[in-house]
Amino acid sequence: MLSPGSGNTVIKSKLISRRMFLITAAKAVVMVGLVGRLISLQINQATKYKSLSDKNRFREWKLAPERGAIKDFFDTKIASSEPLYQLHLVPENAKDLDNLFVRLKAILNITDRKVSYLKRVIKKQKPWEPVIVSENLDWSDFSRINLFLHELEGVEPIVSVARTYPDNSSAHILGYVSQISAKDLQTKEYLKELAVPGMAIGKTGLERKLDQQIIGKVGYQRYEVNAFGKRIREIKIDEGQAGKSFKTTLDYEVQKYTNELLKDKAAAVCVMDVYNGDIVSLVSSPTFEPNEFVHGLDKAYWNSLIKNDKKPLANKALSGLYPPGSTIKTLVALSALENKIIRPLDTFRCKGKIELYGEKFHCWEKEGHGIVNLRKGIQRSCDVYFYEVARKLGVDRLSETAKRFGLGKKVLNDFIEERSGVVPNTKWKKKYIGQNWYLGETLHSGIGQGYFQSTPLQLCLMTAQIANGGFEIKPRIIFDEKNDNLRKYLKHKNENPNEPLPTDLLVSNFYLKPLFKNQEHINLIKDAMFSSSNEPGGTSYRHRLENPKFTFAGKTGSSQIKRFTEAQREAEVKQESLPYKDRDHALFVAFAPYKNPQYAISVLVEHGGSGGKAAAPIAKKVIQKVLERHELRRSVNNQIGESV
Amino acid sequence: MLQPRSIQSSLGIRDKILSLDFILVISILLLGIISMFAMYSTDGGEFKYHTNSHILRFFVFFGMFFVVSFISIRFWHETSYLIYVGVFILLLGVKYFGLTSSGSKRWLDLYFMNLQPSELMKIGLILFLAKYYHRISIEGINSFRYLILPITVLIAPVILVATQPDLGTSILIAAGGIVVAWLAGVRAKFFTLSGLAMLALLPIAISFLKPYQKSRILTFLNPERDPLGAGYQIIQSKIAIGSGGLFGKGFLNGSQSYLDYLPEKHTDFIFTLFSEEFGFFGSLFILLLYALILSRIIRIGHMTRSNFGKLYCYSFATAFFIYVAVNMMMVLGLLPIVGSPLPIMSYGGSSMMAIMFGLGIVMSCKIYKDVPVN
Repeated sequence: MLSPGSGNTVIKSKLISRRMFLITAAKAVVMVGLVGRLISLQINQATKYKSLSDKNRFREWKLAPERGAIKDFFDTKIASSEPLYQLHLVPENAKDLDNLFVRLKAILNITDRKVSYLKRVIKKQKPWEPVIVSENLDWSDFSRINLFLHELEGVEPIVSVARTYPDNSSAHILGYVSQISAKDLQTKEYLKELAVPGMAIGKTGLERKLDQQIIGKVGYQRYEVNAFGKRIREIKIDEGQAGKSFKTTLDYEVQKYTNELLKDKAAAVCVMDVYNGDIVSLVSSPTFEPNEFVHGLDKAYWNSLIKNDKKPLANKALSGLYPPGSTIKTLVALSALENKIIRPLDTFRCKGKIELYGEKFHCWEKEGHGIVNLRKGIQRSCDVYFYEVARKLGVDRLSETAKRFGLGKKVLNDFIEERSGVVPNTKWKKKYIGQNWYLGETLHSGIGQGYFQSTPLQLCLMTAQIANGGFEIKPRIIFDEKNDNLRKYLKHKNENPNEPLPTDLLVSNFYLKPLFKNQEHINLIKDAMFSSSNEPGGTSYRHRLENPKFTFAGKTGSSQIKRFTEAQREAEVKQESLPYKDRDHALFVAFAPYKNPQYAISVLVEHGGSGGKAAAPIAKKVIQKVLERHELRRSVNNQIGESV
Repeated sequence: MLQPRSIQSSLGIRDKILSLDFILVISILLLGIISMFAMYSTDGGEFKYHTNSHILRFFVFFGMFFVVSFISIRFWHETSYLIYVGVFILLLGVKYFGLTSSGSKRWLDLYFMNLQPSELMKIGLILFLAKYYHRISIEGINSFRYLILPITVLIAPVILVATQPDLGTSILIAAGGIVVAWLAGVRAKFFTLSGLAMLALLPIAISFLKPYQKSRILTFLNPERDPLGAGYQIIQSKIAIGSGGLFGKGFLNGSQSYLDYLPEKHTDFIFTLFSEEFGFFGSLFILLLYALILSRIIRIGHMTRSNFGKLYCYSFATAFFIYVAVNMMMVLGLLPIVGSPLPIMSYGGSSMMAIMFGLGIVMSCKIYKDVPVN
């Protein structure tokens, strides 16, 4: 076998070559397979893999756009985006973290807790990801940091933009912005493409209503990143687009003034232009500090808001529901006149109480008002008179009028916090309570108690629509130079007193919707309200303004929290001596000036006792303030040209 | 021709140089130079450790290639068993004195380099079996008696390497040995039977696999199974190659490797990097270079007179092809990641040394093609 015999060798050599040929063929097949695979990956699927590679390569960081400003009627910014000084730290740039924190603690006011929190964050993150040491530095801290910057390696002072409010006077109507939440992302379609982590979005009030337009267009920075997510270099930057700014109908001066008046009370004030529905002022008290919400709320502050019995977070003017009390008597009277149930001079005798359907119904005046007609009924707010009127009118006709004047439904668009209230009638009770209407309940409804629920805004609208002669207006907060039809109509009518056209044609020419059958009825109510505020015996006579420029006509109201027991009635228990929680809510609605109505106001003071004592004095001051600024307001309104 | 032995044994250095296969030499050099550029790119376009070290190694072992070429094939035939035994001892040395890195013990510390004897065993086994089958007669090849030794010398190093653990290299070593046996004429039936036996033993083998090895195989079967873990390498490699397109992203512009998405870019995935930067045409060029090298080796095997030379050249060519094919199929996502370097292109001294040594013996076959080995 060891002999390399030529025959053997040749056979063997041939065998080897034959087998090698087989192997070579197999190799060729594999080679072709490899080339095929290359064709498949690099030619057929190149586009797919190029995009995957780009996805690997580039990462985009969205840039939060600057939020649009919200201005008042006089273009004062009441919510703006202001520079904000922050301190970031990039751990990989710091040589000695412990030492750095010691230095920072010496310069800034950082707690040990914050430092240990930051250290934990740093451990979790990649070393090149910045941590925010301080969200909001004041200018002196910021300049001090910049002074020592050379010895604080790894620290980066950053100038960013954040929502800023000049004060808390308009906190409720403006609302606040806060960090975007997972729920926001789910429920709000427009946020899907512009969600930037850490971006503040509107959570309540106007900030929420206008969010989609005010938020702006998101920009982005495109970076090349490595496999670990570290940014290598910036490829492209798009600054995005700042959000749209909005001008509102609010008067910041009045807001501040009213807010100061209501301080520490649980109260709400709403002031409205009676001709175009412009909301001049809308204040709820106690207020809260909206700036606190922008950078993550302090827990202690949040708890203090939540635990406060006066509910500072609720916008009482929009979402507070209160029985309208005697303020509804204006509509009861109007409804009765319109439905020809009574005539103005029809009288009833008030003896302090009546007994009907086996129940005693008391007038607030224990001694009774004697002979009472419509004017006196409203002036003195005689309950017995309105029991009689309501009994004859019936709740269904009353509810129809009340609804027509804006009660029982939402008045503004898109304010999630606004509530619609209740205007009860027989159908409503059947549907929601499942019981038949009792006649006694009609009497309670006639003085605005029972099932009646309304917001101060609704009461203000009701008053405004009486004041303007009974035309429908749509309350608004966003300034709109158009849609001032009612003023144009009145101007036209005053300039052409002899125009032969019938009123209803004029009305339709100006797209107006009258709420009355006979405008004379509206005037009767207005006159009665005048007497209530300006004639002796009127419920708010003590708080009248005598200067005819400011004279207002109003109606008091108090909505009962707890029914008086017979014993309390006998003992003539005063509201002031009741525990705070049991006192009535004080209400007051008015319009001014009486001769030439411009503004309507509603005031609510929770547990304030009687409307005449608690609410009317506030209304008086606010009315004076608003009217003092009326000329200024009109002059701005007339030179509109600047678009916002 | 009448006295070939005397003519060839007295070859002068000039004759030796002239009888080199220049196409093969140039192909190897070209591939080497390409690999230097690729290595330069993995270093981010700078002459850093990997590039410098790779260039140095290439030229040192390229020199060694010539030295090995100029030594008569007869010498290599005579020392074949010795080389195998030497490498086997080194493998045993790894078992007891080896360096451990990322969980496996593969290297011997030789102070100037870390030697990976398993790479050398790829050549050692082929040499051993080529000599063995050269010596036994065609009738004896299929007798059981003459199967015992080949199986033993094949199984022993394979087990040693597999338990380092280094499954990839052990499979490649076994593949080289099997190729020699096949070429020598061992019956197909034998391979079929042992193949079936292997299949039967597979479940047992699987139970011996380390968790990471099981995960690699499962990942290969479905790379999206764990895209950030074990499937990451395959997915990123496919993205790199696919995104290269027809012409590639350009030299030093391979974003996948530049941005560290490519794992093991110096070693197993060097082809991925090249393919990303030079595209389909670049990859095709590399494949053609390898095909050229293979065809030259086969041609030399065809030319050489001794069956030892033929067996060696054909086996080496096939093993070389298997290394290339396995590496490429791996980075193209056609095989599990088993960890096998691409000959000449990949960074790694032992692999370079083994391949250059193997090519040197091929070239020796060419220069001494007419020398009978015994």
